[in-house]
Amino acid sequence: MSSKTVMNVMLAFYMAIFFGFLFGPLIVMGISAFNTSTYPQVYPIEGLTLTWFDKLLNDRDMVYGMKNSLWIGMWVVLLSVPLGLAAAMMMSQIYSKARSFYYVIVVSPVLTPGVIIGISTVVFWRDLTTATNSKFLYDGVFLAVLGQSSFISAYCMLMFMSRLNRFDRAQEEAGLDLGASQTQVFFHILLPFLRPAIFSSAVLAFLSSFENYNTTTFAILADKTLTTVLAGRVRQGTTPAISALAVLIIAVTIVGAIIYELVKRREDRERQARLDAAHAAELRELESIEKATLHA
Amino acid sequence: MLSSTGHPFIFLLPVLAVVIFWVMAKFEPKQVGVTKKSFFERNGTPVAIYLIVAVVFWALFMIVLPQLFMVEMSFRPKLPPVEMGGPKDLYTFQNYHYFIYGSTTSSDAINWVHIKAFFLTILASLLVALFNFALCYPLAYYMAQSARPARVRFLLLLLIAPYWVNEILRAFAFRIIFSSGGLINKMLLGAGFVDQPIDFIGIDIALYAGLGYAYMLMMIFSLYNAIETLDHAQIEAARDLGAPWWHIHSFIVIPFAKPGIASGCTLVFMLSAGSLAAPLVLGGPRSLWFTPILYDRFFQAFNWPQGAAYAFILLLACVSFVLLVLRLGRLSLGEIAK
Repeated sequence: MSSKTVMNVMLAFYMAIFFGFLFGPLIVMGISAFNTSTYPQVYPIEGLTLTWFDKLLNDRDMVYGMKNSLWIGMWVVLLSVPLGLAAAMMMSQIYSKARSFYYVIVVSPVLTPGVIIGISTVVFWRDLTTATNSKFLYDGVFLAVLGQSSFISAYCMLMFMSRLNRFDRAQEEAGLDLGASQTQVFFHILLPFLRPAIFSSAVLAFLSSFENYNTTTFAILADKTLTTVLAGRVRQGTTPAISALAVLIIAVTIVGAIIYELVKRREDRERQARLDAAHAAELRELESIEKATLHA
Repeated sequence: MLSSTGHPFIFLLPVLAVVIFWVMAKFEPKQVGVTKKSFFERNGTPVAIYLIVAVVFWALFMIVLPQLFMVEMSFRPKLPPVEMGGPKDLYTFQNYHYFIYGSTTSSDAINWVHIKAFFLTILASLLVALFNFALCYPLAYYMAQSARPARVRFLLLLLIAPYWVNEILRAFAFRIIFSSGGLINKMLLGAGFVDQPIDFIGIDIALYAGLGYAYMLMMIFSLYNAIETLDHAQIEAARDLGAPWWHIHSFIVIPFAKPGIASGCTLVFMLSAGSLAAPLVLGGPRSLWFTPILYDRFFQAFNWPQGAAYAFILLLACVSFVLLVLRLGRLSLGEIAK
């Protein structure tokens, strides 16, 4: 056997182990959702059933938590994306001696454990709302949105920063020279340029919010989200209804991933089409100039 | 010192920092002949206002002030609400004292349970990070340097997919696999390797496996992003000069990918040390992990100042780890936080 084949066999073996580790637990959980046994198990299969899905959908706490999670996720997207964008735009403009200080502060939530972010959010807003006599703001959903956005905004900022790095300042100057105001440049040149980053950071923000536990379990106070309800259920005991939920989430995310991929592909195609059109127009112009010079 | 003076002082700190930098910027010697546009002229008034409001709100009200309030609270005694701000509300070290020496009524001289849990958490998180590095490096290298683009795209999709299932459910999957009536024990019993189910949860194997699994993606992406920028010609050149494969990795790829390795390890370490879901779901009754202890300070002991002190201790551990990694790798924060 040549060393190349040895390498390939080893690579295949390694990949099998890696992806086995990655998907094995999910597959096991998926199968247990359809097994009649009351303890989530894969083997032996005692019979196939959909009762666990039925149980899940009739679980009022779960459904309530799910609605709350979606609601929080929406607000987190609406808050983190603009905050991340502002922080990224500020990065290049802030006073140079303050920049590294500013950078440490806005990046720190990425490197801070989620539990600490949750705790500090609750502590701060409890004291602030007591001091300013605005107790109505001391609300689980509100705090969860703020706590989660504190680090999710940092994710968004990092995505915007990498996109802004590729922004060609000449476009902005062209806009200004043609008489656009700064505000028009922002809305008609910068935002369209950032659209892919806005889209992906919104998706990322929603997903991180939806699956977050560490920050939320503190920030949500007495209220519930899907993950906190789940954590409670899992601690009480294991039932296949939880596996059924996982199957549902996996199904939704597969559909989501396909949609995401399709949207991305369409955008790529559109961009390619625009580039081609611009190229063709340029060629036509060159040709007409050539013709004109030939005639002359 | 009475702790009622604390809050106004904390509010003044960030304001002071902003003022100092503003003054420094004002007195910065201007370059001759260069007319610089002001912040408002450069962005247009509406956008400038949006930028300032957003950044101030985020940086102050969502990041800095909450952390400062938490630290401040950790130096307060536990008091009933009526006495807060009263004469008994003095700054104290008692919460930190408790972490080391335990309650004054206990018979042990030192609070071994909490200290042991703390150091075990740090050590285990370190091992999880190293294990993740060893597991993910070959795949990251393969994706970044050898695989065709279409395959890379496909692999990335495969890698991301499991991470859309939330952390609790992923931990739950490991519980199904590792519990005493779980898949692995059934297989071991069936094959006759053991007579009695092994208590994987009790000996924390399930916990470590679950933690390793939970944060693999961070490691893969950090490594992949770093190795991807390495010019393949360098590897070819080394190979042509006769370098064995382990020379190529230890003298070319790993030194080049250092920032990625550092960021991957830091993220995995921080996420494991701060992980709450995995220890709650996969921890046995006698498992020692720091975050559940922290959690109990709040929700069982109802001692918020002490919880805040424990949170601050954890935060200090994470900050020290980041600084240590930066120092060891001679890196800047900007290089690892990407």
